[in-house]
Amino acid sequence: MHPMTPAPFRVRSRRPVRADTVSLTLEPVEGPCPPFLPGQFTMIYARGVGEIPISISGRTRAGGYLQTIRAVGAVSRALCHARRGDLVGVRGPYGTAWDVPAAAGMDVVVAAGGLGLAALRPVVRELVAHRSRYGRISLIVGTRAPMTLLYPRDLARWSHAGIDVQVTVDHPDHAWQGPVGLVTRLVDRIVFEPRRTAAFVCGPEAMMCAVADDLVRRGVPAARIVLSLERNMKCGVGRCGHCQLGPLLLCLDGPVVSYERAARLLAVKEL
Amino acid sequence: MDVVVLQSLEPLIEALTSSGYTVVGPRVEDGAIRMAEISSGADLPAGVGDVQKPGRYRLTSGDDGMVFGFAASPDSAKRYTQPPRQTLVRVRDEAIEEVEQEAPRVALLGLRACDLAAVAVQDRVFAGGRHPDPAYLRRREALFLVAVNCAVPGGTCFCVSMGTGPKAVAGFDLAITELASPHRFLVETGSERGGEIVALIPHHPATSVDIDAAEEVSRTAASRMGRQVDTDGIQEWLPAAHDSPRWADVASRCLSCTNCTMVCPTCFCSTVEDVTDLTGQVTERSERWDSCFTLDFSEVSGSHVRSSGLARYRQWLTHKFATWYDQFGTSGCVGCGRCITWCPTGIDVTEELACIR
Repeated sequence: MHPMTPAPFRVRSRRPVRADTVSLTLEPVEGPCPPFLPGQFTMIYARGVGEIPISISGRTRAGGYLQTIRAVGAVSRALCHARRGDLVGVRGPYGTAWDVPAAAGMDVVVAAGGLGLAALRPVVRELVAHRSRYGRISLIVGTRAPMTLLYPRDLARWSHAGIDVQVTVDHPDHAWQGPVGLVTRLVDRIVFEPRRTAAFVCGPEAMMCAVADDLVRRGVPAARIVLSLERNMKCGVGRCGHCQLGPLLLCLDGPVVSYERAARLLAVKEL
Repeated sequence: MDVVVLQSLEPLIEALTSSGYTVVGPRVEDGAIRMAEISSGADLPAGVGDVQKPGRYRLTSGDDGMVFGFAASPDSAKRYTQPPRQTLVRVRDEAIEEVEQEAPRVALLGLRACDLAAVAVQDRVFAGGRHPDPAYLRRREALFLVAVNCAVPGGTCFCVSMGTGPKAVAGFDLAITELASPHRFLVETGSERGGEIVALIPHHPATSVDIDAAEEVSRTAASRMGRQVDTDGIQEWLPAAHDSPRWADVASRCLSCTNCTMVCPTCFCSTVEDVTDLTGQVTERSERWDSCFTLDFSEVSGSHVRSSGLARYRQWLTHKFATWYDQFGTSGCVGCGRCITWCPTGIDVTEELACIR
């Protein structure tokens, strides 16, 4: 098969998770879903509109992909409006993965900004599934408002499973009693042994750099801070050239990249 | 390697045609030498030369009767290895059908050593990685490559700096050196199927005089490069020079017109477009050439990573000469000089690199 040919998938369920965001579960029309690693993405195709990369947030019991999409452009808007039973195209999974097992024996910091939690969900599930292998685990989440928080039920479950879950919002409502402001402020409220800590970070680029810089300042080695980067992507397989970040083709060399490698690239404006 | 001499190219063109190839070679069209279908040796541009300078391309005419007395054409093999537009899939009702891409049997006559090097670069991009493109491989297999060793490099050529020419050493089925007084063609065989074509046509073995004359053509061409680039350490120093003041200078002259990327024989960037017919029943999805000089190339969630022309020029030049190595293990530049010739404002990559360094 040609690497640009999408496989037909069907929307099995569609769940709005906040005003502009939905979670779709997608199942192949034929055969099983290819396996994926935490951090990998698929290219999802909306017929007649186009294709975009979307992180895989989990696997459904029936073996499909759970993918959370925010309506920001033509393709994501079309996908957000997809209905149960609709046909979409899927290619992948593609890209590098979060190496969660490598954090065994260490404290773990998971930092999510906005939709970044969608890419990190498989990481947290993996940590929870093997809770005893890791030291202290903290999940810090920044979101616009209490109403825009992704996966609130998962967060409660993870909290019960022994993870320090902390959420901050930009715009609190009357009921909100938690912290307000940037997710970086939560870095000071969690406990970890910097020299023995691995961090998984996903969110807007400025947020990722701010969190990573904070962690480095606290003594976490940059090589153990791992980010998930986003660029325009037309192919996912290293042939369209759109996702370049300096020497990296983020579809092949990313999206998951260590801060040690990414820091000097992200520091160059408009690279 | 067999080396023979032909008195005329006519039998070669006939043999290629009778073997099922459409022969595409240099022809004068639109005031330029284009790569177009040819049916006989009379279609070749006898006596035509070219003058190439930054932002300038003009044909000249003479009476030396040489048919390959010019440098790089605005066309390269890219049009055949990576067609400008390819339909990928057709979506009809509930089915996504892969569209079988054409792989026409084409003999490209007159590719230069830089063009062969460019094909080798494209091989790495489309077939050398984790996701090889079967349609590309079929197209490549169907292409018969007839190289011509350059006798008259253009004013914008720098293949010697890039280590790609002027003599074709690999990657061809046949390689021709045009010799004068008497007018004849030395033909080297580079593949089994090249040998099969030569066996079909009248020829006699090359003498040491012919071979020496051909060597002299390539030696002379190598000494007449119009441009040069110092590539020593370029993979390190060019990305490190991201804050050079020269970028703003060149950006002030760059129109972001994309000409350089369109004529470049290795620029491979593409985008994908959907077209749905008027009934709404059938959607075709095709891949087409794109350019890193366009604004929406780097669009993410409604904003643009490379919003300035400066950043876009820096991306193109740095990728071409440096980060291409990281991605594909080779330079992206083959030294053909097309980007210099066809830049409407005459930006010269060799001059820019020298200034940035």
